[in-house]
Amino acid sequence: MIFSEYNPIDKKTFQVMDDDGKIINKPWMPQIEDDKLVKAYKDMLFARTADLQIVSYQRQGRIYTYPPNYGQEAIAGAAGAVIRDEDWMVPAFREMGTMLAKGVTLKELFLYFMGYEDGSKFSVAKNTLPISVPIASQLIHAAGIGYSIKYKKEDKVVYAFVGDGGTSEGDFHEAVNFAGVWKVPVIFIVQNNQYGISTPTKMQTASETLAIKGVAYGVKSLRVDGNDYFAMYKAIEESVKVCKEGEGPVLIEAVTYRKGAHTTSDDPTKYRTKDEEDSWDCKDPLKRLKAYLIDKKLWSDEEEQKIIPQFKEEVDRQFRDAENYGAYPKEDVFKYLYAEIPDDLKEQEREYDNFLKWKETKIKTN
Amino acid sequence: MNMVNAINDALDIKLAEDKSVIVYGEDVGVEGGVFRVTEGLQQKYGADRVFDSPLAESGIVGTAIGMSVAGLRPVVEMQFCGFIYPAFNQIISHASRMRNRSRGQHETPMVIRMPYGGGINALEHHSESMEAIFGHIPGLKVVVPSTPHDAKGMLIAAIESNDTILYMEPKRIYRAIKQEVAEGKFTIPLGKANVLTQGTDVTVVAYGAMVREVQKAIVMAKEAGISVELIDLRSIYPIDKETIVKSVKKTGRIITVTEGPRTYGVGSEISQIALEEAFLHLEAPPARVSAFDVIVPLPRGEHHYMQDQYKIFHQIEKTVKY
Repeated sequence: MIFSEYNPIDKKTFQVMDDDGKIINKPWMPQIEDDKLVKAYKDMLFARTADLQIVSYQRQGRIYTYPPNYGQEAIAGAAGAVIRDEDWMVPAFREMGTMLAKGVTLKELFLYFMGYEDGSKFSVAKNTLPISVPIASQLIHAAGIGYSIKYKKEDKVVYAFVGDGGTSEGDFHEAVNFAGVWKVPVIFIVQNNQYGISTPTKMQTASETLAIKGVAYGVKSLRVDGNDYFAMYKAIEESVKVCKEGEGPVLIEAVTYRKGAHTTSDDPTKYRTKDEEDSWDCKDPLKRLKAYLIDKKLWSDEEEQKIIPQFKEEVDRQFRDAENYGAYPKEDVFKYLYAEIPDDLKEQEREYDNFLKWKETKIKTN
Repeated sequence: MNMVNAINDALDIKLAEDKSVIVYGEDVGVEGGVFRVTEGLQQKYGADRVFDSPLAESGIVGTAIGMSVAGLRPVVEMQFCGFIYPAFNQIISHASRMRNRSRGQHETPMVIRMPYGGGINALEHHSESMEAIFGHIPGLKVVVPSTPHDAKGMLIAAIESNDTILYMEPKRIYRAIKQEVAEGKFTIPLGKANVLTQGTDVTVVAYGAMVREVQKAIVMAKEAGISVELIDLRSIYPIDKETIVKSVKKTGRIITVTEGPRTYGVGSEISQIALEEAFLHLEAPPARVSAFDVIVPLPRGEHHYMQDQYKIFHQIEKTVKY
């Protein structure tokens, strides 16, 4: 059992592959078919291509604030490879790979960050909550969804994400505690990317690891090399098994590094050194999986060079689609607050209509 | 039937007819709640439908959000209104916004029940009236029954609503008022006020436990030859402007009676409605009978803070003689 072999109490971190893509932990190597593995790599590469491109759109003033995923792609990628359509996705805001796997389109993500709520109405993705900005608050929803799954005896699992900073929030503790007491099928995935904006993890907690916090709640917990695709895949696969046996929830601390800024408004040079950033380069999740694939002759630099322009084109196509989305209808400001618009709110809308008419004639006469 | 029985009856009816209804909170299962509102329901419906949760308000409301998004209809209890603050973020950042931010893809049909208000010699933090705070939050509905009959019909309506409803229970009159309550299922539409007494000289708007105090003041007013129209507001949001405005246009005077502090309170909102919608009918400035802008005093000092028939009648006299 992976959770006893890698008990966080013993200060262990679960790894399957080394920094050079060599398998160092054969017994725990997940069984993944070659084509599925190549697809997983391509999905991660697509996510990274999109991510880097969004940052450049932001610099061009074509999209508002955006939180990059750069460097953390194996976590959302592995979850994306395991998650099923009927499972629930409860995101924080740095899980592009899982969102895309659920069927959220890049265009929808773009719309959200361009300032349309419509971007959180997913046309294809089922059982997916919108991005959650108030840190860790979404984890409690995951516990509640887990209760519903257990109550209705459904074959579903909840994937809930949070960052290292989020583990300091009370809601993190309440969520893991509720889920633990209720024994519900929730996989809490803590992306420990070393910083909550500028605050290093060691200033968030005196705990030696974040995984250990789950142990205190009686929850199976695991500290995983989050840049090791195979380790992440296996950890999630095992977590799903635990959940299906009614032994959930599970907490995974995925150790990674946020290579980009917290958001496009952030400047990491203020709080970390170039040396530190470079020291994580050898652990890059794409580089490691690519080395494995090349060694197995499943992938090549040529293929990569060929596919990246295609990805860029696809990202750009969806971005332009989002840019042409059009005006924000006035009605949408009022109509989604309640099942039926209260009279008072209808009156406010009428008042606004009248104002708009007045403004129009005013502008015409001027 | 008193209000505790009526609320229990409403929960019983909904638990029986709808498997998606789940009732939980601190001590609501085995014990049946500190006020015994949920008594007997766990025995009847099982511990997976009526149960004790961990002691964490944010967790209670947040899990209810998750359940409701996934298709259940949770009815959760905050043990006291004064303990709801840890759940603020969940209520304001999520429950009130989920439909809006997902453009209708997700809804949070849930009820947050809580006893509120003073007058029962309770411990510190057990006597607050915080309805105005919630009335200010877009996306929430806030309702307050004043009788056992209304308590039952409004709770059933709240559970059947697809919105998030804060259902505030005036604990001071939990057992103080008994009345015949119709058996079986009925609903009272949320957002509609109730004219309890017709009158011609002054309109008094109150809700919850204050309704009974106004009724006592009306007896005094009658002796003084003043005819009072009493509106039981029932719903803090949505607010029934129509009923209020119609009444003020008739009487020309309006007084609000609320248990919470005055500034930015429910009384202020109603007064403004009267000013905007019935300005030329007014013969006196709208008046607010309310608590002072102070923390609820502990029981020995609470009588200074609470509104009673004398404070209300005093204002009725002042307003009519203005």
